[in-house]
Amino acid sequence: MKIFVPLDSAAKALGADDVADAISREAKARGLDVRIVRNGTRGMVWLEPLVEIDTPEGRIGYGNVTPDQVPDLLDGKLNGLGRVEDIDWFARQTRLTFARCGVIDPLDLDDYETHGGLVGLRRAIGMTGSQIVQEVTDSGLRGRGGAGFPTGIKWKTVAEAEAPQKYIVCNADEGDSGTFADRMIIEGDPFSLIEGMAIAGLGVGATRGYVYLRSEYPDAIHILTQAVTIARQRGLLGPDVLGSGRAFDMEVRTGAGAYVCGEETSLLNSLEGKRGTVRAKPPLPALQGFLGRPTVVNNVISLATVPVIFEKGAQHYADFGLGRSRGTVTLQIAGNVKRGGLFETAFGMTLGEVVNDIGGGTASGRPVKAVQVGGPLGAYMPVEKFDTPMGYEEFDRNGGLIGHAGLVVFDDTADMLRMARFAMEFCAVESCGKCTPCRIGAVRGVETIDRIAQGDAAAIPLLTDLCETMKDGSLCALGGFTPFPVMSALTHFPDDFATLQEAAE
Amino acid sequence: MHSNAPAPSEEEIRGVVAPLSSMEGPLLPMLHALQDTWGFVPQAAVPVLADILNLGRAEVHGVISFYHDFRSRPAGRHVLKICRAEACQSMGANALAESTLQKLGIGWHDTTPNGAVTVEPVYCLGMCACAPAAMVDGRVVGRVDDARMDRILAEVGA
Repeated sequence: MKIFVPLDSAAKALGADDVADAISREAKARGLDVRIVRNGTRGMVWLEPLVEIDTPEGRIGYGNVTPDQVPDLLDGKLNGLGRVEDIDWFARQTRLTFARCGVIDPLDLDDYETHGGLVGLRRAIGMTGSQIVQEVTDSGLRGRGGAGFPTGIKWKTVAEAEAPQKYIVCNADEGDSGTFADRMIIEGDPFSLIEGMAIAGLGVGATRGYVYLRSEYPDAIHILTQAVTIARQRGLLGPDVLGSGRAFDMEVRTGAGAYVCGEETSLLNSLEGKRGTVRAKPPLPALQGFLGRPTVVNNVISLATVPVIFEKGAQHYADFGLGRSRGTVTLQIAGNVKRGGLFETAFGMTLGEVVNDIGGGTASGRPVKAVQVGGPLGAYMPVEKFDTPMGYEEFDRNGGLIGHAGLVVFDDTADMLRMARFAMEFCAVESCGKCTPCRIGAVRGVETIDRIAQGDAAAIPLLTDLCETMKDGSLCALGGFTPFPVMSALTHFPDDFATLQEAAE
Repeated sequence: MHSNAPAPSEEEIRGVVAPLSSMEGPLLPMLHALQDTWGFVPQAAVPVLADILNLGRAEVHGVISFYHDFRSRPAGRHVLKICRAEACQSMGANALAESTLQKLGIGWHDTTPNGAVTVEPVYCLGMCACAPAAMVDGRVVGRVDDARMDRILAEVGA
């Protein structure tokens, strides 16, 4: 009997290791021949630990399993959820990037190949560099890290640059609250990232790659490091990638707890062993990136999506989506929400559908007050904006940003003045210090919000003005986008900024 | 190791970092290696790193002090990180952190008097769909309530 127990760190955080131990102990005591496979997560964090038993009818799921339920599980007495693929939350998704995540053993390269892995890389090997870049351009893929820049154009710039050494750098410094897609795919399907980086290397003529992975993700570091070793042993990485005669190899590097290093130029400085301060652009990293060489810097999800684009063809990918947002978006539904997890779907679903229909509303059962979309630098969207479709331009028009597609739900107990203050405080702590609007502005922002909290209404226009300055004058998104959560909180929830003042009047 | 161990010598420090010097951008891997070995980055490492990498001591110090991860002195026997990011806040992380620190009678970054545990803030562990979250010595725990936190504290002997 084959039993799947996820090794994803969210599953482990909810007790998956204890469940796996209990299954193995109980099976031994009963003399049962049980093989436990530690798979990634299916993304239904609300059901974790989600144990699956392989049967002739398919993989039958059991949600929120505890160690003391294991005897019943093995007796067939535990109530199951049916086939995992038929669970409504799962069945409604379009899984392209995450097709294998939760299905396979993350470190079994044969399992990976059985499920469509390496088809894309083999196809890319038969193409020229410019054909590879064209394929990515045709897919319409845009940077999934947050900025939404067309990936193909970035690759083209690097491909056309002349240099003795070029690099592929994967930004796995997923510091935004509400996001965990990078962690999930690295833990659940690391070879897809490795394959995507290898294709990028062939496309732009880079022979070396780095994954800058945050230190807060020890499980992901452990799995990806092992996957890279396996890939090297099996000839997927090295001087002769899958017998192509072309070289590509990569290394995993660990971050050191600085949020700003998720910004690409600061990441490059950090990778070089410097303080993670932001660099002014130009020069673009595509021309002068890591060690001054042409460098592709892409987010994990962008790179991990590349294999499926080459496996199924650019058109297949581009056929999903809305307007200029092509393909799928990996929504991460988080915070105070009943059914949280990763939901991959074509762009275009509305915010309200995601929160209420998919997410099931708040975990606390109280009304939703706000949803912060796009991490700590994203706007707080009020319920009145729930008809906004998930798309880059659509969010932009509604004063928000999709970012890395994380959604954090808050119920009506949230104090939006406190959340605005937190945004400024976070910016002050994490500012790299290079530009004044961010370094000084964030500190003044905290002080100004404190004045508002004490009932000083004159501080409100000051805060608005300060946010304008930060937005226009900051070098990077940290100072430039902190005004999004602050101003959206102020604009949409003015009552939270007026309480003390009214009380005093 | 840690609090009562003698300060590492220059040779010991070189032994840890020298094998990494052929890497591209070796300073962060070196600092991680030092902290993995001694639990913190010893002050004595600054001139050694400056020498190996041909940098100024001030530059090396500047890098070490930029990153939250690198400690200048040993932590307690266990390190408890409590997430303070928005998703965890939406599920009551502020109250959880407050009551935990109060129970232990310490502040952020402090170590309990018996040396058992150091409590640190962390901004996002990627557990946003099972918040609030904490991490004990690299092991993540989700949906932490007061009862679960009490168990964690008991386990680490706080």
